[in-house]
Amino acid sequence: MTSAGLPDAEAALAALIARMLPAVAHDAAFVGIYSGGAWIAERLAARIPGKHPLGFIDVSYYRDDYALSGLKPNVKRTALPFDVGGSTIVLIDDVLYTGRSVRAAINELFDFGRPDRIELAVLVDRGGRELPIEPTYVGERVAVARDLSIVLSRDPGGTLSLGVEPTSGVA
Amino acid sequence: MKIEIAQGRVVDSAAGIDRVAPLYIDAGRIVGIGDAPENWRADRILDARGCVVCPGLVDLSARLREPGLEHKATLESELAAAVAGGVTSLACPPDTDPPLDEPGLVEMLKHRARTLNQAHVYPVGALTAGLRGEALTEMSELAEAGCVAFSQADIPLVDTQVLLRAMQYAGTFGHRVWLRPQDAHLARGGVAHDGEVATRLGLPSIPVSAETIALATILALVRESGVPVHLCRLSSAAGVAIVRAAKEEGLPITCDVAVHHLHLADTDIGWFDPLANLTPPLRSTRDRAALRAGAADGTIDVICSDHAPVDDDGKQVPFGEAETGATGLELLLPLTLKWAAEDRVPLPEALERITRAPASVIGIGEATLAAGNPADICVFDPQQAWTVGRQSLKSQGKNTPFLGLEVIGAVRWTLVGGEVVHERNGKD
Amino acid sequence: MSRNPQLGRNGELVHLLTLEGLPAEVIAHILDTAEPFVSIAEREVKKVPLLRGKAVFNLFFESSTRTRTTFEIAAKRLSADVINLNIGASSTSKGETLLDTVDNLCAMNADMFVVRHSQSGAPHLIASHLTTMGRSYVHVVNAGDGRHAHPTQGLLDLYTIRHYKKDFRALTVAIVGDVLHSRVARSLIHGLTTMQTAQVRVIAPRTLVPARIEALGVKVYNDMREGLRDCDVVVMLRLQSERMKGALLPSPGEYFKHYGLTDEKLALARPDAIVMHPGPMNRGVEIETAVADGARSVILPQVTFGIAVRMAVLSIVAAN
Repeated sequence: MTSAGLPDAEAALAALIARMLPAVAHDAAFVGIYSGGAWIAERLAARIPGKHPLGFIDVSYYRDDYALSGLKPNVKRTALPFDVGGSTIVLIDDVLYTGRSVRAAINELFDFGRPDRIELAVLVDRGGRELPIEPTYVGERVAVARDLSIVLSRDPGGTLSLGVEPTSGVA
Repeated sequence: MKIEIAQGRVVDSAAGIDRVAPLYIDAGRIVGIGDAPENWRADRILDARGCVVCPGLVDLSARLREPGLEHKATLESELAAAVAGGVTSLACPPDTDPPLDEPGLVEMLKHRARTLNQAHVYPVGALTAGLRGEALTEMSELAEAGCVAFSQADIPLVDTQVLLRAMQYAGTFGHRVWLRPQDAHLARGGVAHDGEVATRLGLPSIPVSAETIALATILALVRESGVPVHLCRLSSAAGVAIVRAAKEEGLPITCDVAVHHLHLADTDIGWFDPLANLTPPLRSTRDRAALRAGAADGTIDVICSDHAPVDDDGKQVPFGEAETGATGLELLLPLTLKWAAEDRVPLPEALERITRAPASVIGIGEATLAAGNPADICVFDPQQAWTVGRQSLKSQGKNTPFLGLEVIGAVRWTLVGGEVVHERNGKD
Repeated sequence: MSRNPQLGRNGELVHLLTLEGLPAEVIAHILDTAEPFVSIAEREVKKVPLLRGKAVFNLFFESSTRTRTTFEIAAKRLSADVINLNIGASSTSKGETLLDTVDNLCAMNADMFVVRHSQSGAPHLIASHLTTMGRSYVHVVNAGDGRHAHPTQGLLDLYTIRHYKKDFRALTVAIVGDVLHSRVARSLIHGLTTMQTAQVRVIAPRTLVPARIEALGVKVYNDMREGLRDCDVVVMLRLQSERMKGALLPSPGEYFKHYGLTDEKLALARPDAIVMHPGPMNRGVEIETAVADGARSVILPQVTFGIAVRMAVLSIVAAN
């Protein structure tokens, strides 16, 4: 545990992988939500055996807080280099909180086609859901004060770490 | 009614007076300055301490919008605006609806103005029937009805043969001819000065040559016919230079500028402000500097308001569709004072441009405060500031590019024929 | 110069009226925002829900099927409700003024006006009227006003140039044709100078060059061959048919002889120069078919980028 009561990100990732290994379909596509989820998706694709097409999704255009906070700069290009229709997808994010990003991501996925099944894998689940969304795989569960945001970062060597910062604007 | 204007600074360039002195009025006329007439006992004393007492202002171009355009303004509203601005005599151009090309229209206008008993109205008759530039009007009939001069207003006379003949005919009988120099073809479709601002904003433009070509044409015809002409609304440095040379040559010409052209330039159009859509167009800052210098050195004889009340419907449209013109009667004095203060023109000389000089162009005597003359007088506080706003303007036309500007110089009393027709409190 | 009326208190883009005076960061932000929008057309569902429930009124006082359609597609790809109004013939002929029309549409809860008008400055008038009426939450996007501005065309031109040429500061760009009447030229000139383009040239006969255009930061050439020399980008302007004969130009044929873009003239530009045109083209008047359809023409990509750029503008403005 770090000083803020957060788990070590690499340990959480190992725990997530351990939960996914016995359960995840061998051909499930891994789709990471930018930016933290994308790093995790890359790591999962490298560690979990099977044939896992890798995709990335930027949910900026599907957020429900656009009218409040506008469009953030540097929206990434959503890239799903596989046929979404009929696929099994594991949606991957770093921190699961209100559930709004996941809602946006599911909506966006459906604009590319109709998947057979969507699962959700998260590095940490901090509770506080505002939507009825349940993760399929969780690395660690944590408790953090409402006025703090959990932020995942990656050092040049590729090592992941978790930190907190005061919440700015909308979660 | 005996009125004494007490302790004001009497400024009258015609009489060569500039001193603090009482001024005495009886039976509509000025009866003395300084020394009271025998057995003087005033019915009313106007305390003019700190004020300037000068002849009533004379404006060479004030559109009253009658007949025909009463939705924009009426004689009642505009003559009230005139006296509120210290203007006691004004000439109105013939671009009414219908144009002033028949004696009946002129008589009606004169009659309406007389009954209102405010500023004196001097109609300018149409030079050609319907201002169409084809056939001459009955100038002598119109003059008898009250026209003091003849012009085409802002509508250029394209046919130079008709122009020459109109001048010759008017000259035969000593009628005054006023012409606004603008070439119809070069000005066609244009709404702004042909320069950087019009290019940036993509506004169809009018080159300076539209003015200089028309000036050269008119001056050539003046040379040929010997008929004097008053040139209206110069807008460019090149125009001022041509007029200066023509005066040196000895040609019988006078000219005027609209007071807004002394203060504004095309840059004041900003982002398409329709209030800055004027005729002639606002030109460059260099042109404005030349106009100011020309007014100071006397090349430009007269400063006028070019009063044109335009309603909101005429201005709340895209720049190029806006009606041209601005309300001006109430701004003539403060804007002239502003120019004089900024360019260090002595007050008597500045006042001369809006009193004695225009009176002479109209041909209505001296505009002086010398004893025996009609008591048409303006008393103004040269220190008092006020803000140009929709509420503060009496004119029905509230549109002027000076809206919101604080100006200095407020008319306290205006007298026409010895009667107080406008009165304003010392402090707002 | 008065405050730029299209920027809000914090410098955010509230309306898009002109590229003049827009900071380089704002322009770059629009171009950056447009980039991911280009790929939305490749999706099965070619839209994103950014402007869902917003009412975008295409207010066209001057007919233009092409521009109206690109704005319509852009708004629909953002999931906005689009209402097309061709007012040219209807309301104004019944005596309704421009601002009457705007007030009426505001009463129908418009969120945004995309305005095309034959008078320069009409979108500015609408924007300032909305402020006066306390409706500053309604946005105005200029889709071309008189000769003044066509900012989204200018932006898509910038996008295209950046896409093919990367760094504006190393480029020489020539704009050829009827600059006098061209809002496309004015917007592109402002955009290019703001992005610090090395040299912007205009090439035209004297009858089609407006007064003191040099003050906008361009170099004027009357001789096309001289003007094209070493250019990286050649932008051809459309010549309106009513201007092909008369006092501005004697004939389309003579115009083509001097200012039409041919392979032979294009050879004077850099070997990798690109050719652009805002469309619709007059083949054989300002551009020959071999060039318009040639390897250096990026005229069709311009159209594709145009939709993404308009999506970027609509989504940025709507959020401010």
